[in-house]
Amino acid sequence: MAVMANSNQLHGKGHVMEPDHEAHLREEHLMLDPRPRSELNAMVMESMTTTSWKFWAVAGFLALVVAVCLGYYWYLMIRDGMGIAGINKPVYWGIFLVNTVFWIGISHAGTFVSALLKVFKAEYRRPFTRAAELMTTFGLVQAGLSIFMHMGRVWLFYWLFPYPNERGLWPNFHSPLAWDFLAINTYLLSSTMYLTMPLIPDFAMARDRSTGWRKSLYRVLAMGFRGTEAEWRHLRFAMNLFAYAILPVMFSVHTIVSWDFAAAMRPGWSSTIFGPYFVIGALQSGLSAVSMVLIVVRSTMKNMKYFIRPEHLDALGKLMLIISMSWGYFFFNDYIVQWYNGDKYTDLLLHFHEAGPVGYMWFLMIIFNVVIPWATLWNKKIRRNPTALFIIGFLVNVAMWFERYIIIPTSLSINRFPFTYQFYKPGVEIPLSFGTLALFILLYMLATRILPIVPVWEVHEGQAAHSIKKFGKEPVVTISDLE
Amino acid sequence: MTITKIEEHKADWSEVEGVWGMAIDMDVCSGCQACVAACAMENNIAFVGEEDSGYGRALHWIRVEHTWEGEYPEVHSTPFQPISCQQCGDAPCEPVCPVFASVHSQAEDINLQVYNRCVGTRYCANNCPYVARTFNHRDYERPDPLANQLNPDVTVRRRGIMEKCTFCIQRIHKGNEKAKLEGRSVQDGDVIPACAQACPADAIVFGRLDDPQSAVSQMSAQGRAFKLMEDMNTKPRITYLTEEKSYGRNG
Repeated sequence: MAVMANSNQLHGKGHVMEPDHEAHLREEHLMLDPRPRSELNAMVMESMTTTSWKFWAVAGFLALVVAVCLGYYWYLMIRDGMGIAGINKPVYWGIFLVNTVFWIGISHAGTFVSALLKVFKAEYRRPFTRAAELMTTFGLVQAGLSIFMHMGRVWLFYWLFPYPNERGLWPNFHSPLAWDFLAINTYLLSSTMYLTMPLIPDFAMARDRSTGWRKSLYRVLAMGFRGTEAEWRHLRFAMNLFAYAILPVMFSVHTIVSWDFAAAMRPGWSSTIFGPYFVIGALQSGLSAVSMVLIVVRSTMKNMKYFIRPEHLDALGKLMLIISMSWGYFFFNDYIVQWYNGDKYTDLLLHFHEAGPVGYMWFLMIIFNVVIPWATLWNKKIRRNPTALFIIGFLVNVAMWFERYIIIPTSLSINRFPFTYQFYKPGVEIPLSFGTLALFILLYMLATRILPIVPVWEVHEGQAAHSIKKFGKEPVVTISDLE
Repeated sequence: MTITKIEEHKADWSEVEGVWGMAIDMDVCSGCQACVAACAMENNIAFVGEEDSGYGRALHWIRVEHTWEGEYPEVHSTPFQPISCQQCGDAPCEPVCPVFASVHSQAEDINLQVYNRCVGTRYCANNCPYVARTFNHRDYERPDPLANQLNPDVTVRRRGIMEKCTFCIQRIHKGNEKAKLEGRSVQDGDVIPACAQACPADAIVFGRLDDPQSAVSQMSAQGRAFKLMEDMNTKPRITYLTEEKSYGRNG
């Protein structure tokens, strides 16, 4: 009897294999799980307009943190000078620059995920490109704020712009900092445009499906988009152009940030590998941040579990693993080249990194950046588990912040004159760092109320192109030719 | 929009003569810090207080380095070494400033900090291999009698900007003007910066490097002379002198 039941089960399993497989494919891939356009639109509209009291509680708390930590402490610093921050004589750059590099890194992956996956026509990108691009824009806002906080006389920041003036004074184009300022501005402008263009059809969709103040807002934002063939052609052309053009801009931004260090004649900074090392570091923290943001969006916003699925976390987890391996390679490369050159002060500095007062950062950096991702992300179950991936992403971001901390204040403590060595104790940088973090989250939260976080038309386009066809008993995923 | 340019009035760079340099004899320096005090008074350097000074925010443009190791009686020490801005001919601080606040002056051919152009990125200080630059972290107080001793020839700096040794450029100009009035070229003794003036051991000697007869040129030509971190190729204007087996050295 038992044997019979067993064999029945086996038999049955074998029999229903085909439909199960198809159902599995549909559950797994958003592109194979199509819903009517009207339903997709309604779902995204609902996710935007459904706001619980918890949202406003968190937003209110963050607004308070921004007002106190960012507004008040920055006011204090402008009023009293940099003295209330922790910088001192050999450590002229502190956490503000750490935060700048960190936020530029975060902002990197948004465009990377969106543009690179578009260029390579990775279909799974469709639902989350916008969530990633939003991160770019808001991350760059924090990077810009951090750079301004760092300046001794921030009220004169516009002197960094090459604007025509009566004195005939220009910025110094020899200086990496001048290029840094220009590169960040270029990246902010271009990534915001890249974010805005695919938003236009979604704004038009929202305009046609909303009332009241939203309707008037979306009417302005949609810029009169009607969906004619000419409009779509222009939009696609511009998006394609930008996807290709923004990638080199993205690479340039972080290599220019790395010049701030690599161009200086300091032990530990003057390293020729810093360009690619910084780009990979940026992607390392940025991709982790993308997955963290997606997990939060997925678990807090309505209908998002349909759009953002384990397959996306899986794909991002794989990318994180590859980038973590690349980071490990570049870190090793940077370290070994500096170690080999045998310079006395570089040698001293490398020992100071590991055994100095913040040596724990160096070890945690290695553990969080290399050991944990390599030990976990090879596993499909962990990659697909939102909680696990969130924790890994968080640890990687902590490690990448530590990495920048080691490069900037820790390395600055050591120079060629032992008489001037001094440690760095952060002061007002700590509340200001929390302020930028809070502002980032707050801006993102408010944006999810106004911007359709999922590019509906792109998802629909992808779903329309994909289908499951039966060849014999085998369900085969087919795809019509996509532009 | 057309921008009407103000008519340019360029200074006549030839009105200041001399290539200026300094020689510091570490063998006679007694480490008395008189140069540090004199520099602070001449150049309106603010007093930052005990706490900030202990945290490495002292604003002095010159420091007397002295390091040692070991326990008494086996103490190994270095000679006293006053270090200020080396007025590099090829200065690392200049190319990194995004707003041209750290510039090479054409008239005096030394490295200058333009205080009212500085926006306080502090990049120049990071790139200075001699750690010679100081940053105004706050607006430091000058209690009442102190304000009376401010030197009217030197700018009083505010918070948020970099500053550093200028070779007492105000004295270079005064010496030049004096020599010009007397219808001769600038000689030794016309220009003495505050540190050299205050040095009781005459360890700091300042003068024209383009005059082979000047004391600084003679000293710089000695066998004991060396430049600080010559391998960085910064072409410093300050020459240090010391003998490996000098009297008083136990290192």
